[in-house]
Order: sequence, then structure tokens, then C-alpha cells
Amino acid sequence: MSDLHLGQHISRRFNEELEGVRSRVLHMGGVVEAQLANALRALVNKETALAKEVTRADAVVNSLEVEIDEECARIVARRQPAATDLRLVIAVIKIISDLERMGDEAKRVAIMARSEMDDALDDELRADLQHMGDLVREMLRQVLDAFARTDVDTAVVVLKSDKKVDRKYKKIIKQLIQRMATDPQSVAVILNIMWAARSLERLGDRCLNIAEHVIYMVLGTDVRHIKLDDVLAQIEAQTEA
Amino acid sequence: MKDKDKLQAELGVESRLSHPTAVTVSGLNLFYGQTRALKEINLAIPEKQVTAFIGPSGCGKSTLLRCFNRLNDLIDICRIEGQILLNGRDIHASDVNVPELRREVGIVFQKPNPFPKSVYENVAYGLRIQGVNKRRQLDETVEWALKGAALWDEVKDRLNDPAFGLSGGQQQRLVIARAIAVQPKCILLDEPCSALDPISTLKVEELIAELKTQYTIIMVTHNMQQAARVSDYTAFMYLGELIEFGETDQIFTRPRHKKTEDYITGRYG
Repeated sequence: MSDLHLGQHISRRFNEELEGVRSRVLHMGGVVEAQLANALRALVNKETALAKEVTRADAVVNSLEVEIDEECARIVARRQPAATDLRLVIAVIKIISDLERMGDEAKRVAIMARSEMDDALDDELRADLQHMGDLVREMLRQVLDAFARTDVDTAVVVLKSDKKVDRKYKKIIKQLIQRMATDPQSVAVILNIMWAARSLERLGDRCLNIAEHVIYMVLGTDVRHIKLDDVLAQIEAQTEA
Repeated sequence: MKDKDKLQAELGVESRLSHPTAVTVSGLNLFYGQTRALKEINLAIPEKQVTAFIGPSGCGKSTLLRCFNRLNDLIDICRIEGQILLNGRDIHASDVNVPELRREVGIVFQKPNPFPKSVYENVAYGLRIQGVNKRRQLDETVEWALKGAALWDEVKDRLNDPAFGLSGGQQQRLVIARAIAVQPKCILLDEPCSALDPISTLKVEELIAELKTQYTIIMVTHNMQQAARVSDYTAFMYLGELIEFGETDQIFTRPRHKKTEDYITGRYG
């Protein structure tokens, strides 16, 4: 039952409505992808103008969330969706909420990119942040792909990737703490970098949430708040059944 | 998942799955002449719960419903194989008194079918043919049954008026009152709301929810949202076969079979 075969309703209008919601989510995901890429570039290269642009464009993400939410409410009220249709609508409502928060985190990275960093952001930190940001960007790309193709395997890859982001985050934090210890003068500046790193880490967490929603949408199994190994066991049991 | 079950047990959350069985169907085949209308049906219907049969027209859901009080006996070319147990007793056994079975298993049809009598006499009818004639006992039962069918307040001042003067929704509740007056164990509802307006439908649905505390309710409905709203268990039938039976919550969120999925999401065609 991994196919959501949206295009087979007796009601053609219902098909179009569900297809419309799905493509708007992908559009919103694309906007968030761009926001994240730009925020990361602005941070690593200190591109202030680009950072401003990211801050401004967050409104687009917000309005998409409101729009898609309204459409979902309309579908629930008028169509009373069941089974896969119901799970699609519920997953979408949750996914767009995560995407909207991702937009906020990207904006936060952009704000930090415009803040005072002096020379604290050296090449090594820059490379680490870039690497961490790239990991998160890849997670987001994959999770949107998993949503578009209703692909549980790719969603599972995203669940596993979050560990890598967490490891990278811990490494960066450790470095920053050492620097603060050796140079107390730089605490204020380094805190800005820390906030940016923290936002990137949270962006990874949100991708993980979305991956969980995709798994629910496709299999009907709720895998939140469960250890990764148990998640994998449940997915296996579900796909065998 | 195990942790969750354990946690639920610790918190005293009961599993909803454990209801005793009221009707057990095993290996049921039904033929109209050469045509097999029901194929190898196996089903355990839980007691004092609402079970809904859904499926496209001609899938056999009404035929199956009518097996439970042997209404199909009235059709000459109908032949049945297999077993149906009502509270553990075979309803086709030679010593079964069929009118008595139909008292235990009442049925309400799509179109309200009150008798051309007064409101009072409609409800008292079943008791009278059982030989109850004492006025006091009849009065008490009529009041109790009309209250049970959520109709008493609307008709108490016109009990002697003709039943045909009631609205469609009231007539349907009157028929339900007539069914419960003889204290059945089980009530069969064959599309009970399809001839009713939305408000009357909601009243009957509300009534069904109340009746299930005392009776096992089995209903056939074409309205999937109705099945989702009122039933605890849902059976999906297709071309004479029982495709899937499960808790309504599960059927409407995570059906196991593709055919169920297609039907309830409106992809059947």
C-alpha cells in the first residue's frame, strides 16, 4: 500500500484538490531549501545583503503555511477523507508546521550572519559549519523527495542522517567552548556562532520530524518518540504484513 | 510498542478489542438458485457493540444481515450452507422456533414500516401476539420502549393517533421502539437512515449509540461516513466475500486491504 495513487478518485475535483495540496507542500519545501542554502552561504561567506534577503523572504514561507493549512481544513470539512487520503492531509498539516519552523531557523541563521563575529569565525569553523549545513540541506532534499515519491526507504535514510548532524554539532560546540575558555573577551561573539550552529542542528531535527510524518502517511505507523532500532523493526513488520 | 502496551497496562487503559461474541458466522455460503451470493463468510460479531457492514450495491451485505434472523427462509430459491451461532446456539438447528428467533433478533428496514394502527398499538403489537393483554403491563412497556427509542417526549400526547401521521424520522424511531418492546438481544438495521433527512438521521444515530449499551447492533449502510460515525466495528464486503473486518478506527485510518482502501476513499469504480 505504498502507492498513494492520488489520481484515481471517482471525484476528479477531489483528485485535483489533493494533488494541489501535495504540490504546494513541495513548493513550500523548495522555498525553505533556498532559504537554508542562502542563510548558510550568508553565514559562511559573511554576505550581509543575502542575509537580509533571507530575513525578508521568511514571510513567503509563513504565508504558504497559512494557505496550505486552510486548504487542508477545507478538504477535511468538505470531503471527509479516509485512509490514505486522511493520512496525507494529516501528514501535510504537520509537515508544513515543521517547514515553517525550519524557515524561522533559517532566518535565525541569517540574523546571526549579520551579527558581530570579528575574526572568531576562522577557516576551520567555517568549514565545520559549511559541512554541517550541507548535511542538513541533503536531509531536507531527501525528505522532500521521500514525500513526493511516498518513499519510506528514503525517509529512513533521513532518520539515520540526523545522528551525523548531531555529532558535527557537538564537535562545533566543544570547539566554541574551548575558545570561550581561552579568550573570555570573545564570549559575546562566539555565542552568535553558537546560536547559528544550534539553529542548523534544529533544522536537522525538523527534517527528522518530517521523515516520521512521511512514514506515517505511507504506512499508517506512528514512529515518533521511539528508538531508531524499534522504528526499523516496526517498518519491517508493517511492510511484511 | 511493547513499552507502550506495558505503559497502558500500568495506567489501566483497557484494550478495546476484548468484547464477547454475540453472533458467530462460520463457513457461510448462500445461494439464490445457482448464484452464490455469499462466499465462505467467517465473522465474529461482538456483543453490545455496533457493527456496520459496508460495500458496494450487490455485495451481499443485506443478504448477510437477513441471515441473522432467517428472513432469507422466506425466499424459496435461497439455500444456505455453514453455521450461524447466536450466543452459542445454532440458529438453523431443528428445534429453533423461528418466530422466537425473530423476537430475539429484531430488524428495522430502510423505509419506516409502521402498521396502519395507532402509535400505541404499533409498539404494543409484539407483546399482544405474545399474549400479553394486561393494560398496565402494556402501558409500561410502551412507555419504556418509546423512551428507549428517544420518541416518548414527541408522541406521549398523541399515543392514539395513527402512526402514519408521524414524520419519517419519527416513524423510523417508532419502528425501532416496536423492535425493542419485545426485548430482543440483537437489532438488525438495514440502511435505517437512507430515507431520512439529516436531522432525523442524527437522531437515529444518537439512538443507536444509546441502544448499544443494551443490545448488539448490526447495521448495513451505504453511507460510509455514517459507518465511521456510529460503528465500533466495520466489515467491508465485496462481491459476496468478506474482505476485511476490524475496528472502525483501524478500517478508516489504516485499512489492510487495497480493496477496502479503494472503496472507503472513493476510488472504487
